[in-house]
Amino acid sequence: MTAAQQPLRRDTSRGWVAGVFAGLGARLGVDPLILRVGFVVVAVATGGVALLGYLVAWAAIPATEDQPAPLARLARIRRVRGDWRIALGVVLLTLSCLLAFRQLGLWWSDAIVWPLVAAAFGAVLLWGRSRPDAADREADAPAAASKPPVAPTAAAPQEPTEAPTSRIGDLYRGVFGILLVVGAGLLFLSSNHVFGGLRDAALTTVVVVVALALILAPFLWRLGRNLASERAERIRSQERAELAAHLHDSVLQTLALMQKRADDPREVAALARRQERELRDWLAGDGRRTTDDRFAASLRRAAEEIEDVHRVAIDVVMVGDCPLDERSEALLGAVREALVNAAKHAGDAGAIRVYAEVDENEIELFVRDRGPGFDLARVPLDRQGVRESIIGRMERAGGSAEIRSVPHGGTEVGLTVPRMAPEREGGAA
Amino acid sequence: MIADRPSVVIVDDHELFRAGVRAELEELVDVRGAAGTVEDAVAAILDAEPDVVLLDVHMPGGGGVQVIRAVADRRPAQRFLALSVSDAAEDVIAIIRAGARGYVTKSISARELADAIDRVRGGDAVFSPRLAGFVLDAFHGEIPESEIDPELDQLTAREREVLRLIARGYLYKEIALRLNISPKTVEAHVGAVLRKLQLSSRHELSRWAVERRLVDD
Repeated sequence: MTAAQQPLRRDTSRGWVAGVFAGLGARLGVDPLILRVGFVVVAVATGGVALLGYLVAWAAIPATEDQPAPLARLARIRRVRGDWRIALGVVLLTLSCLLAFRQLGLWWSDAIVWPLVAAAFGAVLLWGRSRPDAADREADAPAAASKPPVAPTAAAPQEPTEAPTSRIGDLYRGVFGILLVVGAGLLFLSSNHVFGGLRDAALTTVVVVVALALILAPFLWRLGRNLASERAERIRSQERAELAAHLHDSVLQTLALMQKRADDPREVAALARRQERELRDWLAGDGRRTTDDRFAASLRRAAEEIEDVHRVAIDVVMVGDCPLDERSEALLGAVREALVNAAKHAGDAGAIRVYAEVDENEIELFVRDRGPGFDLARVPLDRQGVRESIIGRMERAGGSAEIRSVPHGGTEVGLTVPRMAPEREGGAA
Repeated sequence: MIADRPSVVIVDDHELFRAGVRAELEELVDVRGAAGTVEDAVAAILDAEPDVVLLDVHMPGGGGVQVIRAVADRRPAQRFLALSVSDAAEDVIAIIRAGARGYVTKSISARELADAIDRVRGGDAVFSPRLAGFVLDAFHGEIPESEIDPELDQLTAREREVLRLIARGYLYKEIALRLNISPKTVEAHVGAVLRKLQLSSRHELSRWAVERRLVDD
């Protein structure tokens, strides 16, 4: 059967009305006349409801000629937005639900069919208006789905030209929706003969309230959505303003300063370095700042302070970390002294390097510069810096300091301090 | 200083920086090309066939890791030296594990950079003090005995010593003097560490790699 392979098409050339049965007959290999007679019988038996089925078939099935189905054509017209299609779908759904209830015997009166359908149609149109535009666009996307995947970027510039049309469409749709809902209410009331009866005043009120709710709810809903999106927009613009303020206070100021001091390379380098540090901290978030009670963070901060004061570059490399205690505080004091020393004597000879390694038993730290180097034996006794602040301090903390000076290779201060026994080990000892 | 100059392609999306490095290095190396995107970089590398590619870690459309991967099939022996403003562990470890033979920060001086390029050309690894610190950190923690692959998951005492001296700011020749070994031996140790860094399945390294989506799911 080759006919069965073909998709279902309406045959408008041989059809009587829209060619639905001619096409269906060709597809099934049955004489269309049999189908037509059968349909008329069913239509009469269902009180005309089956006619709706015919309408749906006409709308959904494309004709023989290479034309899309009327529904698809409807959807393709830009002015007719996705809401109409959704409304139509909801109407059909409502009808099918009603039919099902009727078949099951859960039935009150045929009088509610058309009011319900009209109310559903109107409500969907009104509710559709309350959706944000993005959702609207999404609903329209399937109609334009045949476009290549560049659509998202290519479609964007077209949006503004569409706006006026859709504004009018919105209005049109809104008025139409209200008329439908009001009409549905009136139809329902008149079909129940309650206009004259006082005892049904309650029912009248209920119907009016329901109609009003259907009409007003979308507007209230939309109002709420607009407020929410306005708030989000405000937060976004606040963030932008904060970012702009930060860049203005920090980066732009520093750049201006650097231009002024362009003749002092050391000053420019120091400014750039400080700005880089600040920007890195800021980009990394607050994480690095909040751990001030840790050794690594304190060491970094000490190095930064000395960088700023003495206009030198200090690179810190850390392996491991530990909480600050008496001994690591003493170590920090000694490191400061060593760094200041290096900054004074070797600040021009490239970056000063700090390497610290924390393991279970001790903290080891090295400060290395590439300055001219000096001989410890020849340091005058009144220079308290090295002897007292570094060596003495380390010895009092139970550690040691070693100053290694290599001619042409710079100076390296090595500091070692044993870790304080953690409290949990106190009981075991 | 360098007799026959190594040929180089510079890959960096920052045009100003590209021009700056080019001007700085012009005297010291043979700059054969420059590129600002992953695609251009792959084309430029295959076209110029340089000794060493200077590679930025962060670029729009993938970054250095993507470049290494795209070139790997067609030029498996191509050598890369990563050059970045980032000093984040995951960036450094990721590009090394992808196959770069070294990592230096952009604040490096022209002479040091030329020296690093020459070393990478010779097949050696280039570790900045910071990279050495990361490696020590990554291989620092204890892992269960049963999971240790002694070949890859642990550093030897000597390798640790060499890395520590690099982290302290010593040059290779200074390390050799200090440890009483030849510079070639220092290079061999660093090369071994690089291999472990690229192949070890240690948890820390894998975590960093996953964070940069280096591992295919």
